[in-house]
Amino acid sequence: MSVFINKRTKLVVQGITGRDGSLHTNLMKKYGTQVVAGVTPGKGGSKLKGIPVFDSVAEAVAKTKANTSVIYVPPPFAADAIYEAADSGVKTIICITEGVPANEMMKVYEYIREMDVRLIGPNCPGLISPGQSKVGIIPGQICKQGGVGVVSRSGTLTYEAVWALTDAGLGQSTCIGIGGDQVIGTNFIDCLEAFENDPQTKAVVMIGEIGGDDEQKAAMYVKKKMTKPVVGFISGRTAPPGVRMGHAGAIISGSSGTAEEKVAAFNKAGIPVADSPTEIPGLIAEALKKLKTKAKAKSPKKTGKKVVKKVAKKATKKKVAKKKITKKVAKKKSRK
Amino acid sequence: MKIHEYQAKELFIEAGITAPSGKVATTAQQAEEFAREIGAPVMVKAQVHVGGRGKAGGVKFAKTVEDARMHAENILGMDIKGLTVKKVLITSAAEITSECYVGIILDRVTKRPVFMVSSAGGIDIEEVAEKTPEKIHKLAVDPIVGLRDFEARELASKLYKDIKQIRQASVILKKLYEVFWKYDASLVEINPLITDETGKVVALDAKFNIDDNALYRLPNIEKMRDLDAEEPSEIEAREGDLSFVKLDGNIGCIVNGAGLAMATMDLVKRYGGEPANFLDIGGSSNPRKVVTAMKIILSDPKVEAILFNIFGGITRCDDVANGIVMAFKELNPQVPVVVRLTGTNEKEGAKILKTVPIDTGAKTLDEVVKRAIALAAKSAKSVAQEELVLA
Repeated sequence: MSVFINKRTKLVVQGITGRDGSLHTNLMKKYGTQVVAGVTPGKGGSKLKGIPVFDSVAEAVAKTKANTSVIYVPPPFAADAIYEAADSGVKTIICITEGVPANEMMKVYEYIREMDVRLIGPNCPGLISPGQSKVGIIPGQICKQGGVGVVSRSGTLTYEAVWALTDAGLGQSTCIGIGGDQVIGTNFIDCLEAFENDPQTKAVVMIGEIGGDDEQKAAMYVKKKMTKPVVGFISGRTAPPGVRMGHAGAIISGSSGTAEEKVAAFNKAGIPVADSPTEIPGLIAEALKKLKTKAKAKSPKKTGKKVVKKVAKKATKKKVAKKKITKKVAKKKSRK
Repeated sequence: MKIHEYQAKELFIEAGITAPSGKVATTAQQAEEFAREIGAPVMVKAQVHVGGRGKAGGVKFAKTVEDARMHAENILGMDIKGLTVKKVLITSAAEITSECYVGIILDRVTKRPVFMVSSAGGIDIEEVAEKTPEKIHKLAVDPIVGLRDFEARELASKLYKDIKQIRQASVILKKLYEVFWKYDASLVEINPLITDETGKVVALDAKFNIDDNALYRLPNIEKMRDLDAEEPSEIEAREGDLSFVKLDGNIGCIVNGAGLAMATMDLVKRYGGEPANFLDIGGSSNPRKVVTAMKIILSDPKVEAILFNIFGGITRCDDVANGIVMAFKELNPQVPVVVRLTGTNEKEGAKILKTVPIDTGAKTLDEVVKRAIALAAKSAKSVAQEELVLA
């Protein structure tokens, strides 16, 4: 499995005939994503690389049963594109567009709050479940299928971390860029929760940056709720306060939102923090190793009936999951 | 984008918020004239894009027009938190009987506009927020419904006891909320909101931060931009569509992506250098952007080496390489340039770079940073030696 997108993802591309939209539709299709429809008002009835183009998202969904939408439209039209996607009945919306006014996004967020819709972004690179599906702009060639979940507020920094993992032989379940804006649809905790519940994911990399307190909250969540190991990285240690560092969300205001504060929160929650993205694979390997020895050490200790039962159940579940994956990997290898 | 107090007040007055108007002076002579026009006593207030002006001595009460001239003389040219004061606002001095604070911020936690009000307003508001946060009342407003009358009244009743003042303040709060939306603000603030000797509620100060992402639909705000109050290299970067922040170090950094740019700067510091800047060339691959980036960085005399870290996704390495070659032809850089190109069209990029004298030996992020620092030290040394020889 993977999170948010997989082989069953049927994608509609909003802004498919634009410069970015058409380029990345091609790349997503080449990667194996089921791109079933495109939308550009006024161009309904035409085709792009064999993909039917519609005038509205509702029409595209009705005709093609698309369940996920990706948005490449220019900033002035992005909020409207999200409303349209939400009303059309797709369950997952990924907004790549950078530069959407934040106040506009507050209204969008309020509108979809009670709906059964997941919004990722805006101002994000999208996500990829290696070997299954890619939605957005993350380069497919730097990824490899495996058991590490990656969640990040940044784009190219994510590529750097993912490439380091792949280079070290550590594949990924899903890599998610949640976006660098102040108002975003999906935050760290949403992704951590999904990774915790995903049997393919064995460990998680969380890449944060200065600004806000999402990382601090995520660290609390990791400490309280997560059984899987999490490794962290924070960028912006050298950023001066009060200045926007590219991303609209990357601003240190007063003494809050600094890198030090975030690193301290990670440390407090027992999350090892890499000093350089190149150190991330080493920390992941270490965490996975510890997990194995911990599982071994925990199971023979029998202190309380209930606890033992739970631990035992979890351990067997994990073993089963592991077996499945190793089988899959073995199959793949033999095919090659 | 930030605008000055006098500009923010113009927007307030236009929206119907009671605020004293004033005049902006750039010389002491002018300040005196305006003080005479308005009628003493007046306030002389530094117009800079930074908080804490009062504490830094940038806001003075002038009893007479001569005092206004003297204060303006002192304040103009003054340095407040690294910014030079080039304008002062001359405004009538009000008799203050109470000082409150009201503000609206875009709150990323609730993802709603949040009102903050306190009856303990004035120059110590930051201390109040830190030491006695219970004195600040907050309300997150549903952005679709908007601020309702009873909510405005409730907030106002945290500030005043007299029903007349509560009514006046609720009107101001409602109008402030309208202004927040009309101009895509990320922050609006009145500190202090005062009552004068007649009991009237007046906005004595105004602070306005506007979302850069919304400037495309706010042509009148864009016109308010004070180029005098900005770093010249940052203006050039903005015009070249680059995201740039000037810092004080010796290693110039050119990176694609904000997160990676910050991570690269952090590594520069970690390995013993100091980043000279934050610079994100963005996702598009226009080679001209690279030339502009190099030009801006080379204009900083402190820079001893330039470090390129490009992880190609949308950005194509061959485009960046072409930009570097163009920059070498046009700018002839005298400092060492270290380049790491990874990702989309990496091989094509490496081929193009063979024609220019740069260091492309580093493969990883850590390596390229270390190379840049080592070469910077070397070039600094050779410059020092040259100077020694010349002396």
